[in-house]
Amino acid sequence: MNAYVGTPTSRVDGRAKVTGTAKYAGEFPADGLVHGFVVEATIPCGRIARLDTSAALNVNGVLDVLTHANRPPLADNDEAWKDEVAPEKGSPFRPLYDDTIKFNGQPIALVVAEDWETAKFAATLVRVEYEPSGFATDLEGERGSAAETDEPPKPRGDAAAALARAAVRHEADYVIPTEHHNPMELFATTAVWDGGGKLTVYDKTQGVQNVHKFLCGVFDKKPSDIRVISPYVGGAFGSGLRPQHQVVLATLAALALKRSVRVVLTRQQMYGLGYRPMTIERVGLGAKSDGTLEAVTHEAIAVTSRYEDFARNDTGWAEQLYSSPNSRFSHKLVHLDVSTPCDMRAPGAASGVCALECAMDELAVALKIDPIDLRLNCYSDRDQSENLPYTSKQLRECYARGAEAFGWSRRNPAPRSMHDGNELVGWGMATGVWEALQMPVAVRIVLTSNGHAEVSCAASDIGTGTYTIVAQVAADALGLPIENISVRLADSTLPQAPVEGGSWMAASSAHAVLAAAEDVRKELLSLAGKMPGSPLADAELADTVLIDGSIARAADNSRAVSIADAMRHGNIERIAKEKVNQFDEDKKHARNTHSAVFAEVKIDEQLGVIRVTRIVSAVAAGRILNTKTGRSQIMGGVVWGIGMALHEETVMDHRFGRIMNANIAEYHIPVNADVHDIDVIFVDEPDAHINKLGVKGLGEIGIVGVPAAIANAVYHATGKRIRRFPITLDKLLG
Amino acid sequence: MNNFQYSRAADVADAIRLLAANPGARLIAGGTNLIDLMKENVERPSRLIDISRLPLRKVEETADGGLRIGALVPNSDLAYHPLIEQRYPLLASAILAGASAQLRNMASVGGNLMQRTRCAYFYDTATPCNKRNPGTGCSALDGLNRNHAILGTSASCIATNPSDMSVALAALGALVHIARPSGERTIALTDFHRLPGDTPHVDVNLGAGEIIIAIELPPLGFAQNYSYLKIRDRLSYAFALVSVAAALELEGNAITQARIALGGVAHKPWRSLEAEAALRGQAATVDHFSHAADLLLAGATARAHNGFKIELARRAIVRTLTQAADATPQSQSHKKIA
Repeated sequence: MNAYVGTPTSRVDGRAKVTGTAKYAGEFPADGLVHGFVVEATIPCGRIARLDTSAALNVNGVLDVLTHANRPPLADNDEAWKDEVAPEKGSPFRPLYDDTIKFNGQPIALVVAEDWETAKFAATLVRVEYEPSGFATDLEGERGSAAETDEPPKPRGDAAAALARAAVRHEADYVIPTEHHNPMELFATTAVWDGGGKLTVYDKTQGVQNVHKFLCGVFDKKPSDIRVISPYVGGAFGSGLRPQHQVVLATLAALALKRSVRVVLTRQQMYGLGYRPMTIERVGLGAKSDGTLEAVTHEAIAVTSRYEDFARNDTGWAEQLYSSPNSRFSHKLVHLDVSTPCDMRAPGAASGVCALECAMDELAVALKIDPIDLRLNCYSDRDQSENLPYTSKQLRECYARGAEAFGWSRRNPAPRSMHDGNELVGWGMATGVWEALQMPVAVRIVLTSNGHAEVSCAASDIGTGTYTIVAQVAADALGLPIENISVRLADSTLPQAPVEGGSWMAASSAHAVLAAAEDVRKELLSLAGKMPGSPLADAELADTVLIDGSIARAADNSRAVSIADAMRHGNIERIAKEKVNQFDEDKKHARNTHSAVFAEVKIDEQLGVIRVTRIVSAVAAGRILNTKTGRSQIMGGVVWGIGMALHEETVMDHRFGRIMNANIAEYHIPVNADVHDIDVIFVDEPDAHINKLGVKGLGEIGIVGVPAAIANAVYHATGKRIRRFPITLDKLLG
Repeated sequence: MNNFQYSRAADVADAIRLLAANPGARLIAGGTNLIDLMKENVERPSRLIDISRLPLRKVEETADGGLRIGALVPNSDLAYHPLIEQRYPLLASAILAGASAQLRNMASVGGNLMQRTRCAYFYDTATPCNKRNPGTGCSALDGLNRNHAILGTSASCIATNPSDMSVALAALGALVHIARPSGERTIALTDFHRLPGDTPHVDVNLGAGEIIIAIELPPLGFAQNYSYLKIRDRLSYAFALVSVAAALELEGNAITQARIALGGVAHKPWRSLEAEAALRGQAATVDHFSHAADLLLAGATARAHNGFKIELARRAIVRTLTQAADATPQSQSHKKIA
């Protein structure tokens, strides 16, 4: 029964959010709550020679100033500090661990006071003397030290030779700057002292169980000593995948003071957390004159910290998209005196596919063919890296539907050929690709005889709509109205879930709901089947459904027993089932989502002012569980893509190793005036292989390809190829 | 943010007394810039003197046909005031090009004149800055200076004034009325803001114990032929890279009066009487506008990253004058540039 799955169901948590009753990590009250304010390092590298907290301690209302010198014990081994998404290689940063400074903005003290304002004031009185060391923060300056830290993917053929002899060749560097997530909600933790060394920790995180395990390790606690809760998250986009400084500091202070402590980072301080690493993406494409690819090379050079190797897959995406007999990929890191980068919406792909798709556009221009035709000429039905077919791949349909909706056939291919008044008009397109992952997730369903069900899981809803799709899937699977489903998420004591990220949570949580619901149905059948004269006597589980508050024969829904009757007969009030999702082990298919993005820009050439007047994003992502929240997901990704193309850049002064636009006045993201028409098309993509519901996930695909489509449109409008993002107006002048 | 005392001024005289008695004090009205700066520890006032309730919220016609605008009139109220919309639409347009609706609701006219530069080094107390900490050096000179000044700079400071409103006021020839312990004085807006010279920490010509009480607009409002064009890194809610306020009086196609002021390019709204004089009596043509642009930008110099501003300003001046001459002023809601 599909009363809800696949429909534009409104968010079940929408009312709580817009009326302010939804509580976020920094909003939970606690008796005797005190407040911590973070003091940060103002140099990028060196050690703390002297830290004088006396003036801060003298401020009325200040309770303590925690530093590396007076803090309670912290784990002394990397294993404890490695959370489930920490890079494999390296030694995670440990706040207030010792006197070493590893990056500008590093927390070096926590002032705890009766109120936040006092703590913030006293923080200005902490005197720090440093022994600075030499440092480097400039990726382009240190490009020469780039090195592969992991075994590169196995090359196919001889890409270098094929590129050298290709009839048409394009090779260029594309530069993606450092970018920060800037979620609306500030990073915050309220660590509630429950007595006896036990804590309830309300944290802004994408994974409560990840934080729980991390805190238990770092503070040497039993699992039952700490409970982590994060019912609502005001955006995170990857920045909340790893436990952040504030959760360590709030917990540390609560344990030191034996009372409840809240730590909220400021917007500025959040620039000391993770970020999308700056990359130099070198892409080489070689083609035959007939417009088929002969060679693809892609080398990414990315920033990481001195203490961890953060690397994502920037370079392999051509393997999913374009058939080429020769390919070579390489990901190199440059270690700098900065904090470790982290995942940011479509990590790897947002940057790497941007470069690849700009390069494809340049190749199409060199070949004098339509950019869609180039992509169709080398359309790949197999993932070439593994030589596997896809569970489904309707990218061809994305190109067709997107082009039709956009009106691509009316495009004059010549740059500078289209006008609207005194503006140049440019039309560009690009392909998007992301993974369709699924992870082990458990769900507990408690069905009560009145036909209500509570569905619970430790997964977070980071604004993506997990509450809603879990409710939809549960309502359909249990045959109940969605109003009768209550969903509980993001409590570390609930059934297991990984961090919410990678676009895997929709498919993963939905199938955990199905698995648990099947067990509920099984028990209902065994109760109903035993009733005298039961219409379900001898019925097989597979022949039954839950529908309209009853268990019924699938072939004849009138032969049914109500949930209430079945439970009454069995003399039980509730059925509780917990189950982990079950996905078939399938090593014979590749799993990806795809998109075709079309962009229109209008440019006042004299002044360089760019307006992105239209975007069409045609997405193939399997079955869409909720067309309303799904559309919003894609629109959000598109808006972010506009920002990546035109606005976003974390700017650092390398003389100081300091970020100089650590605020959202100067770090630009699109505002309403920058966002015009966005048309989201979901292409039908039935998928019988990936999972029962045919679901792939939508979290990241929306941004991928958008910056390239816009950059390609800018070229089409102006004839100027901007390879250094963001495309600001000064780059178009002259 | 530091701890500070707070007083509420009973009247203008009381505010002047409080200012004189408390050397480290700052006046606060809307607080849209001051509180930001306090949060960043750039401003560390010993006392805030709240003047927001003083009776300086009137917009009144003056005897000579101009307008007197109280220093505490909110920016939004001013932009949408019927007399401003009808007679000084250039000012309304410039105000609406700035900040956000929420900030404009809070910000006062006097506070707008007092807002400080958005130079990132000024805001970051961990870096040297002559404006924030005299004698420490200017980090922008050889640092990130894409947003910085090209006109009227000094070896001490290349910061810009961020106001949009002031640019229109400069073009309109506004006067600033100032109350002081010994009475009142009046100063031209173009003399109110200073160039950095070797005292970049002093933004404005306002003495100890002095308070802005009103802005006066002369009768000539240029309501037919004007435009305010603001070029920025996104289409709204960003500070100007370059902005131009242009106002013309035309007889047929002949220019009888011209006013041009630039924002985003200097430590103060930038006017050139020479450029304006050169337009007088000339036909409203692109050639003459280009010549005026050359005069306005005479002596412009760039550092490593802001060279584009010189050419951008030149083109923006020509465009804005063209918009003004054509009576097709830049719309501040529709972001397509006319």
